[in-house]
Amino acid sequence: MRKASPGSVRRAFQPWNDPAAQPLVEFRAVTKRFGGVTAVADVSLSLYPREFFALLGPSGCGKTTLMRMLAGFETPDEGQILLDGVDITAVPPHLRPVNMMFQSYALFPHLSVADNIGYGLKREGLPRAEIDRRVAEMLALVKLDGLGKRRPDQLSGGQRQRVALARALAKRPKLLLLDEPMAALDRKLREATQFELMDIQSELGTTFMVVTHDQDEAMTMADRMAVMDHGRLVQIAPPDVIYEAPVSRHVAEFVGDINILKGRVESVNGDLVSVTTPLAGRVELDEEAPALSPGAPVLVGLRPEKIALSHDEPAQAANKVRGEIWDIGYLGDMTMVQVMIGGDDGQLLKVSLTNRSRRIERPFAWEDTVWLSWDVEAGLVLKP
Amino acid sequence: MTRLGPGLILALVAGFAFLYLPILALIAYSFNASRLVTVWGGFSTHWYGTLLANEPLLSAAWLSLRLAFVSATLATALGTLAALALARQGRFRGRLLFTGMALAPLVMPEVITGLSLLLLFVAADVERGFWTVTIAHATFGLGFACIVVQARLVGFDRSLEEAARDLGATPLVTFWTVTLPLIAPAVAAAWLLAFTLSLDDLVIASFTTGPGATTLPMRLYSAVRLGVSPEINAACTILIGFVATVVIAASLLLKRRQALGA
Repeated sequence: MRKASPGSVRRAFQPWNDPAAQPLVEFRAVTKRFGGVTAVADVSLSLYPREFFALLGPSGCGKTTLMRMLAGFETPDEGQILLDGVDITAVPPHLRPVNMMFQSYALFPHLSVADNIGYGLKREGLPRAEIDRRVAEMLALVKLDGLGKRRPDQLSGGQRQRVALARALAKRPKLLLLDEPMAALDRKLREATQFELMDIQSELGTTFMVVTHDQDEAMTMADRMAVMDHGRLVQIAPPDVIYEAPVSRHVAEFVGDINILKGRVESVNGDLVSVTTPLAGRVELDEEAPALSPGAPVLVGLRPEKIALSHDEPAQAANKVRGEIWDIGYLGDMTMVQVMIGGDDGQLLKVSLTNRSRRIERPFAWEDTVWLSWDVEAGLVLKP
Repeated sequence: MTRLGPGLILALVAGFAFLYLPILALIAYSFNASRLVTVWGGFSTHWYGTLLANEPLLSAAWLSLRLAFVSATLATALGTLAALALARQGRFRGRLLFTGMALAPLVMPEVITGLSLLLLFVAADVERGFWTVTIAHATFGLGFACIVVQARLVGFDRSLEEAARDLGATPLVTFWTVTLPLIAPAVAAAWLLAFTLSLDDLVIASFTTGPGATTLPMRLYSAVRLGVSPEINAACTILIGFVATVVIAASLLLKRRQALGA
């Protein structure tokens, strides 16, 4: 019998769509100000047990403040924070069943790895033998067996990150907060660690909340993510929904690359929307239940990977436009091409091509005149 | 590294001679066999022997050591707390005033510190003796201790304390298990500094002491007024050796924490 892959479990996991599901964490209209600056503005958010949640936003958007309020290091000016239905707004950090992995790791330099991991257990007053057993268990979990006697400064960056993770998980918290967990790792290690973190999370069943400015990290790991901007949660959804159906131009531009064409609605026929654009002519796209009326100004968003490029005019394409290649960026796995449409004063569109063959001579060259084409399922409508 | 020219080397030698020649002369003459301080009569450790039989000098030394121990401990405890308040509480009201008040004894002329404390003790009708000198030494040692510990706290990673809180430690437990172990070298250095300052002090002790509490510097000073004897040289040599050891220990402690780079 074939075992269910973690992916299928992941896909079935959607407690946020289940009205009977009890959230583990609830932010209720939480606001936090520092002096005259509002860091977190009227945020309401629910996290569910076993969820891997990512909070994504540029630096200074308030995501770290939101996390620190959950850990108890900041107190909201307004609103409440509930954990398992209990109001923890005024509970000090050491009494919260929440643990945090710090961006700097914050390992105690004067303690050994084992004493670092056992620090929280010792505070609970557990017997020595039990602490030793749990520490050994944690070291095995993060694959650092035998390194318990080392000092933090005798470890590599990746090992230190694992110790920080083990220390934060040792007390078996209901909720683990991770502040930019991969920021200090190099790219290869980061990818491997992301998948390991997901494995650990599904093995322990702990709820994870990751704060990051790295969209790849958020999209790879999270069941659901929130995009934050200027203290507000702009969109909360699974990563694919955020990418394919962003609620605003800001979200669309923050997560991934996107080309934006200005236009006006020409007609709406069921799900099919026609938009007249000055640069690309008539653009047709499929939009579920569009609330648009003819004549309304709209923006058409087009992700670079959803556009095809050809020398000859495509015979059957819902949307096509001619342009001239201005720039080609070879990235190894793919090539990013910038095409100018609408003449020299028009608009550059980004098109990404997957490099399927090893041929060194690319089919497209600078100053080639080319056709761009895309399906009705490619474009999305954004309110200006 | 630039090589020093002959002129610079001469200046260097002259500078060091200016600083240390008197001390070297004092040490050398402590081994003088002659009774006359200024006439060399051959090498002898005779005066170290008579020193051990000098009961008033020995009891003054013992008093000074006890006094330095207590006042340094007081100064370090208070100075560390002051440093924590100054480094941690951000811009609280009156911070500048508080900083100034904690550090004022550093720049205050000793005569003024001594005199004002004397006036205070007289006004409060406190019997002067061991404890009044101890309190006086603690007040000016506090400023030095505060500066040394504060320098250590500047580079302190606050997330270490937050991590401890996060893992279930109360603020007090966090201080004992994380903050204090990490600033311990600076605290120890502060203690050693306050200890030597107290051991050396003559002016403030003279103002604030009472009958029966004569410190070693006071005893030496009054002995010198009756004429310098090689015995005094011997006592000073021992004192110099002791203070130098403590100061070197303090600077090594501070170096070590830099090497740790925590």
